[in-house]
Amino acid sequence: MNSLQAIGRNTIERLSAVGRASILIFGAIFGRFNLFKAFPLFVKQVYVVGVLSLVIIIVSGLFIGMVLALQGYTVLIDYGAEDSLGPMVALALLRELGPVVTALLFAGRAGSALTAEIGLMKATEQLTSLEMMAVDPIKRIVAPRFWAGVFSMPVLALMFSSVGIIGGHLVGVEWLGVDHGSFWSIMQASVDFQDDVLNGVIKSVVFAVVVTWIALFRGYDAVPTSEGISQATTKTVVQASLAVLGLDFVLTAIMFGS
Amino acid sequence: MTSKKVEVLVGFFVALGIAALIFLALNVASQSVSGSGQTYELKAKFSNIGGLKVRSAVKVGGVVVGRVESIELDPVDYAPIATLAIDSKYDNFPDTSSIAILTSGLLGEQYLGLEPGFIDETVAILKHGDYIEDTKSALVLEELIGQFLFNQGSDN
Repeated sequence: MNSLQAIGRNTIERLSAVGRASILIFGAIFGRFNLFKAFPLFVKQVYVVGVLSLVIIIVSGLFIGMVLALQGYTVLIDYGAEDSLGPMVALALLRELGPVVTALLFAGRAGSALTAEIGLMKATEQLTSLEMMAVDPIKRIVAPRFWAGVFSMPVLALMFSSVGIIGGHLVGVEWLGVDHGSFWSIMQASVDFQDDVLNGVIKSVVFAVVVTWIALFRGYDAVPTSEGISQATTKTVVQASLAVLGLDFVLTAIMFGS
Repeated sequence: MTSKKVEVLVGFFVALGIAALIFLALNVASQSVSGSGQTYELKAKFSNIGGLKVRSAVKVGGVVVGRVESIELDPVDYAPIATLAIDSKYDNFPDTSSIAILTSGLLGEQYLGLEPGFIDETVAILKHGDYIEDTKSALVLEELIGQFLFNQGSDN
């Protein structure tokens, strides 16, 4: 009887968490807000989640592109196909690594910060005081952060891919001596703007929604103690990363499967 | 609330993002917007198209002049017919031209090599919808090996 009750309570808790998360995202997306008041808040959050993530994105993009070129070269040279290094690096970055690694880094760099910030606001009762002043915390706190995340991540993913391709060029062409012309021309012949670049952007928008949503909900729903905030931050990073990797498989199967 | 420095940095961030998109569009992806898209159609009937695909290139002397638009089987004799979209700039191929399915490199992609024929008063120019009569099908490795083995056997 007790174990049955435990299962039931668990299910109800999970379902109500899904419900609260849905209410949160619904309020953030469809809440009507004054554009002139909301825009400065949005810009501030783009600075916090986007601009401040630039360094980690660009450095990791550069190194991942360089490593891809190095590893690809050692395999391709055996078949005399080192000219195909360009498309290999570009397609791997644009289709998979750009959106996925950006989302993982974003979850670690910006998502955890969002959770901790909102969780601490809740713990110090700032959210309650906002409500006391008749300011809707979802409009004032959650919505700008959500839109800033959704806007920033595709931009970051594009930069990641570009810098990665430049990194691949540095290692492949400048260091290992793949022909400059064939590196770029074969890349251009096999990369399609719509199929590869735009699908990568779509992936990255989906990841942005999911990661930002999880981060905001975990913060908003955190137990308002120091332990609760630390748990919420951990949950954000773990759940967001798993969601990104799982969704990536589904999206890849839909986009490039057939 | 929003300081000037933050706004400048966000503007820089957006500009960098746009630059990345332009870089990817122009330098990495293919320029799919090739010309004004003014093309005309030619058709060619093969007995075997091998690994030819839709969007494979049609080349004259190595220069891409068009792409394969569609591939379908003739409803009567089940021979594959490739429809080619040729750039209207190149509209002066005589009907003595020949077309062959070639492979770029040993393992590369297959493409169509168009060879312009001679022109004199009796030769017509290929127009929209015309068939190129002189076609050479793809080399299929298994058939070649089969032929080779057959010849070897008949020698003994």
